[in-house]
Amino acid sequence: MTSADNLRAFRRDGRIVIVGASLAGLRAAECLREEGFTGSLTMIGDELGEPYDRPPLSKQVLTGWVPADGTTLPRRRDIDAEWLLGVPASGLDLATDHVRLADGREVPFDRVLIATGVRARPWFVESEAELDGVFVVRTREHAEGLQRALAAGPSRVLVIGAGFTGSEIASVCRERDIPVTVAELGPYPLVGALGAMIGEVAADMQRAHGVDLRCGVKVTRLEGDAQGRLRRAHFDDGSTVDADVAVVALGGIRNTEWLRGSGLAAGVWGIACDTGCRAMDLNGLITDDVFVAGDVARCPNPVYEYRLISLEHWANAVEQAEIAAHNMIHGQADRWPHLSIPRFWSIQFGVNIKSVGVPTFADEVVVTQGSVSDHRFVAAYGYQGRVTAAVTFNNAKWLDHYRQLIETAAPFPPPCPTPDQPVDTKPVPVDFPGPLLLAQGATVVVTGHDPGERRVTAAHQHHR
Amino acid sequence: MRVVVDLSRCEGYAQCAFLAPDAFRLHGEEALMYDPEPDDALRDRVLRAAAACPVQAILVDRLEGRRIPVEAARS
Ligand SMILES: Cc1cc2nc3c(=O)[nH]c(=O)nc-3n(C[C@H](O)[C@H](O)[C@H](O)COP(=O)(O)OP(=O)(O)OC[C@H]3O[C@@H](n4cnc5c(N)ncnc54)[C@H](O)[C@@H]3O)c2cc1C
Ligand code: SF4
Repeated sequence: MTSADNLRAFRRDGRIVIVGASLAGLRAAECLREEGFTGSLTMIGDELGEPYDRPPLSKQVLTGWVPADGTTLPRRRDIDAEWLLGVPASGLDLATDHVRLADGREVPFDRVLIATGVRARPWFVESEAELDGVFVVRTREHAEGLQRALAAGPSRVLVIGAGFTGSEIASVCRERDIPVTVAELGPYPLVGALGAMIGEVAADMQRAHGVDLRCGVKVTRLEGDAQGRLRRAHFDDGSTVDADVAVVALGGIRNTEWLRGSGLAAGVWGIACDTGCRAMDLNGLITDDVFVAGDVARCPNPVYEYRLISLEHWANAVEQAEIAAHNMIHGQADRWPHLSIPRFWSIQFGVNIKSVGVPTFADEVVVTQGSVSDHRFVAAYGYQGRVTAAVTFNNAKWLDHYRQLIETAAPFPPPCPTPDQPVDTKPVPVDFPGPLLLAQGATVVVTGHDPGERRVTAAHQHHR
Repeated sequence: MRVVVDLSRCEGYAQCAFLAPDAFRLHGEEALMYDPEPDDALRDRVLRAAAACPVQAILVDRLEGRRIPVEAARS
């Protein structure tokens, strides 16, 4: 049989298994059917119920407008799949092409898509994390619990971590007129994602809305009362805050533990893949039957010097799912690369914050349009003289213009495209928190001398 | 009914909020908030909003009424 015959047979009655039944998994399944895959499709997911959307969980759901179980994703088409829900996958055996489930079942496949995403990083002391009133927000159950706690009218909410999710939650608290303290280890909110200049704007916004913002501090201890309810938090500068609700918003942990021993390049940074969403093995060689999409993927982007980039962005999950699905059922010559420029949004304090590109891939930033003090502006990011990203505050309609600048490697700083030239248009250093704040431990070691012997081995450490 | 808006694409022109104000609302100047499961009574309005969106960011469920139940693995 020729490989074209093989491919035709595979598209007709092959077996595809998707692990992770959320945004990326569902979209990939829909695309597989859309593009004519008629074989068997199995969706494995550890959450019960139909796939749902997460961004509303820290927005519409927490304000109380939309119920936590009211964000089920719409379907573009019937996917005619077998759903194995409520049990996590616990292993991937690439010698026999099986996914192992935690209850011992084995699910065979010809091709597999990994879309296991990210989970919330829990508070580092387990007994404190279990106190009543301590929350994370990743799933609808989390959002449901937190929304109920907010509706009960807490005396104060403490948000630990001022990234996007933490800032959105603080915004909702203020909207609901709940006193809120935000504790951030970095010098400003959002600084890790957007740098110091935008971080300063975000800090102003929080304070203007009555947030008790404390930057440069670390929460060291959550203290409970005799009933096991949170009542106080302790900071490393000796101060304390009394709060009956704490939201731990310290980012995510990629769900890759189940791939240990699989031979894939999977670790705390995600699962490395090529732009075709094919997974890499530990040695950095591309595999042919294992694909990756969504928050768990770590994909190179040619615009950013082919660096491997992990994104926790909704649009990225959708686009990678579509690319992965297409490539799973096409031959090499018809495969597509995932080359889109990252896009992200966040809604907080009544402001629509959006970004295009990779703001952390920059050495300078400049306000190119609008007015920072009005919270309506565009800032462009540049790396060695070219535009690499842009952030808009209430100026979303300009994003596409900047996307084109990024795609065409336009010179930085770019000219202001409108007459509303801002007063101060001098680029400043972008100023991200140093490696000390971001460092992670080693994840691999290389062994062997001769080129034929050199191999990479995963170094499994305990990461929090 | 079920709806999702690709807010990375949405440009905040508010056509949807004008056509189906119970399902789509502007929060501040241009941040869109929406109800992902608006009441079926709003169906026509929501469909009109989806059709009017200049960047086609609104996706409405195409499986309405013939939903295949999802089973729990252990049931
Ligand atoms: C509160 C919140 C707000 C957000 N807001 C925004 C926003 O404003 N803008 C934006 O661009 N993005 C936002 N995001 C990010 C966006 O939701 C994600 O990018 C998106 O959900 C990624 O989809 P995914 O399918 O890759 O991963 P996930 O949605 O994380 O899905 C992975 C699924 O796999 C399951 N799983 C994990 N391990 C296993 C296993 N071993 N076996 C079986 N199943 C497993 C998980 O339980 C989960 O159901 C937000 C996320 C959250 C949580
Ligand atoms: S009509 Fe489309 S672009 Fe305009 S606000 Fe609604 S979703 Fe956004």
